[in-house]
Amino acid sequence: MSDSPENKPVTPSSPASAPASAPGPGTAATSAVEPPSRWRTTFNEIIGGSVMISILAVVLAIVAGGILIALTDENVQKASVYFFARPGDTFAEIWKSVSGAYVALFQGSVYNFKRPDFLDQIKPLTETLTFATPLIAAGLGVGLAFRVGMFNIGGRGQMLIAAACAGWVGFTLHLPWGLHLVVAILAGVIGGGIWGGIAGLLKARTGAHEVIVTIMLNYVAFYLVSYLLRTPVLQAPGSNNPKSPPIDPTAVLPDLLGPKFNLHLGFILVIAATVFVWWLLNRSALGFKFRAVGINPNAARVAGIDVKNMYVYAMLISGGLVGLAGVFQVLGTVTTGFSSGIDAGIGFDAITVALLGRSKPWGIFIAGILFGAFKAGGFAMQASQGIPIDIVTVVQSLIVLFIAAPPLIRTVFRLPDPSKPKKPKAPKPAPVTREAVAAK
Amino acid sequence: MSDRLPENVTTSNLAPTGGLPPTEHNNPDSTPALATVLVKSWKAPIAFGIFALGAIILFVVFGRDGESTFKLSTDVDLIQLPVVVLPTRTTGIVISIVLVLLAGLSVWLVATGRKVRIWLMAVFAVLFLVAFLTWASAGQTIPVPGLLVGAVSLSVPLIFGALGGVISERVGVVNVAIEGQLLAGAFVSAVIASVTNNLFAGVVGAIIAGALVSFVLAAFSIKYLVDQVIVGVVLNVLVTGLTSFLYSQVLTADPDLLNSPPRFDRFPIPLLSEIPIIGPTLFRQTIIVYLMYIAVAVVFFGLFKTRWGLRVRAVGEHPQAADTVGIKVNPTRFWNVMLAGAITGLGGAYFTLGSVGAFNKEMTAGAGYIALAAVIFGRWDPIRATLAALLFGFATNLQYVLGVIGSPVPSEFLLMLPYLITIFAVAGLVGRVRGPAAAGRPYVSR
Repeated sequence: MSDSPENKPVTPSSPASAPASAPGPGTAATSAVEPPSRWRTTFNEIIGGSVMISILAVVLAIVAGGILIALTDENVQKASVYFFARPGDTFAEIWKSVSGAYVALFQGSVYNFKRPDFLDQIKPLTETLTFATPLIAAGLGVGLAFRVGMFNIGGRGQMLIAAACAGWVGFTLHLPWGLHLVVAILAGVIGGGIWGGIAGLLKARTGAHEVIVTIMLNYVAFYLVSYLLRTPVLQAPGSNNPKSPPIDPTAVLPDLLGPKFNLHLGFILVIAATVFVWWLLNRSALGFKFRAVGINPNAARVAGIDVKNMYVYAMLISGGLVGLAGVFQVLGTVTTGFSSGIDAGIGFDAITVALLGRSKPWGIFIAGILFGAFKAGGFAMQASQGIPIDIVTVVQSLIVLFIAAPPLIRTVFRLPDPSKPKKPKAPKPAPVTREAVAAK
Repeated sequence: MSDRLPENVTTSNLAPTGGLPPTEHNNPDSTPALATVLVKSWKAPIAFGIFALGAIILFVVFGRDGESTFKLSTDVDLIQLPVVVLPTRTTGIVISIVLVLLAGLSVWLVATGRKVRIWLMAVFAVLFLVAFLTWASAGQTIPVPGLLVGAVSLSVPLIFGALGGVISERVGVVNVAIEGQLLAGAFVSAVIASVTNNLFAGVVGAIIAGALVSFVLAAFSIKYLVDQVIVGVVLNVLVTGLTSFLYSQVLTADPDLLNSPPRFDRFPIPLLSEIPIIGPTLFRQTIIVYLMYIAVAVVFFGLFKTRWGLRVRAVGEHPQAADTVGIKVNPTRFWNVMLAGAITGLGGAYFTLGSVGAFNKEMTAGAGYIALAAVIFGRWDPIRATLAALLFGFATNLQYVLGVIGSPVPSEFLLMLPYLITIFAVAGLVGRVRGPAAAGRPYVSR
């Protein structure tokens, strides 16, 4: 701990702090005794670093989900009645329920070895990517807002407005093939962007808290779209249901792998969106300003960055990206006409995706695919094993909760702390100095 | 009207600096005048103007004919108030004129450097509401006690949630997990009350469940220093998933045993419940509602009049200073966040034991987020947050009542109303609200 180069200049009394830090929170006390080799340091960083933390968090969450499945399984409960007479029965039932659930999850999301030919066997993987497509797009939007220091909980509203805009273009305007799709996508992205931009504008001009405004705009959008779905604007003619007419074939996102698979062009678009966000954040001047505002708005203002405008631009782009997820829902997933539940909770899932991806574009991409796999597999698990898909929500939120707290994971798995934790709020040196002062 | 207002602002701003009006020459010391000019807030007159304009458009231009009936008493009341019958169009015109006059009064008040008092706003709001109800109920009858009773009922979980939010944020931990605490309270109280057939065991269970959710929030945000908003959001998702999973997997397997709790009966308080209008609204409710009155009073008194409250606020505003005078910052935060969760969990019990009588998937339906809005709308003050929560409850119930009598406004717009009001309030009237200074920041002693 004390041999990390970042730690030395922070505490002037570093010799005094070394013994005090050794019996710290569950860390390897031996690392302070002799300077470790370069290989050892690298090893420790991999073992205790963020990649390992993420993997272990996933493992821990899946274990917790397994416990929950086992506890609520009827056969396990029946067998546990005579646990002390025949404990083997209970363990067999636990194994059956948990392994059955996770095998079904795997078969539904990655590879189903029970099916006859290869194309059928690999179909679950394409389902995963299909589910991941809107999750990644919305996750990118939420993550971008995070990087500017804002919290966009308005995914639901932005997706609904975007879906309504794209859907309206999709079944009202009758444009030629190609152009129609482009116009529909643009309409959705702009709709979502405006809905997000309202929150950014209100924050910039009046100081209204974006969390409150985006939550409220979710409801406003929901009731607005619900109302429009009852009027001729969005309602299918001759229908009494609050549901829109189907999208014109010219505006539907074409299938990537032929009609047998659901994977659509949206997946390519979402890869492009990930590259765009990566370029925006890491290579463009605007992205530099975004990150500066996110790290310290006061310093950014002193440096001459128009912080208020950054809030507006960030929420515009964030809303547009979330809107893209709504577009995918309407033009890719549910093309037979949508209702006011078209967002399917993706706006909230996107928050967990962005957190799991640590607000980095490619991290969000991977996190989105993981959560897409959970979703695809969750439906399969519900169908074959009768385990409610809500277990997936539990596992997902546990993953994020564990990932957010690296010290907890280190404690559970007794991992070494490779260096000072990288999170800016992490205060490891502070109690050390106080103890050191007290010892003097 | 709103076009004219910026001119007023500029002229009144220029007046002291330019020194053109003779009054400024008579007054050698122009700095106080400048100070009063700077304090002037045109927000209230602008809002009054917009609403007065809306009143003219809605109640005069699109006025409806007929008579609106207001029933002020229920059939069981001892003191029967007469039924009020108002001619719809005439009432709309008269109230619109009064509203315009009030808007003019507010402009005059601000122009002469005075504030628009809160009571004036209240009068304006009530008049607008009466005019709206009259307009919406042309040819129909509005049961006023029913409208208000329903409003209080719908507000109960919001108020408990808002109180929990106020305590938690006052002590320096942003509580987005209100939704999760309410849902956990609703779930656990339903199961425990159903199994034990004991309402109070259910309430205790709800309190413990809310405190447990808070425990996770406190542990992660105080011990592991995770961003508080993130923990809150994730906790909401976790509790939603957990309760939905257990509901589908366990409760539906044996609903008679696990999900059919008894319900609290209404318990009219003698004498008080016979006061016209107020009695049925406030004093013919269930025990949980009476507990809510006590909770609001205790939290208000505790926060602002006791040593506990002073410590809570000190820790939330300036933890370093609090630490310096010997207050243990993180334990104070920990226990008070738990307390906040316990109060919110009690509100969750109202969903199952107070109103519906059984647990349902995601039955809180975003009430926690509305409570959060009430906390901010109410500027982290228990009384104001309660009033904000009542406003949300009233707007929701108004939509139900108007839906029953057949209103001219599409129900979606009425449902949208509380959220729109919140946006306007947060953006306009409340403006840059300043919460507890250290809310959201973990404290690490140095």
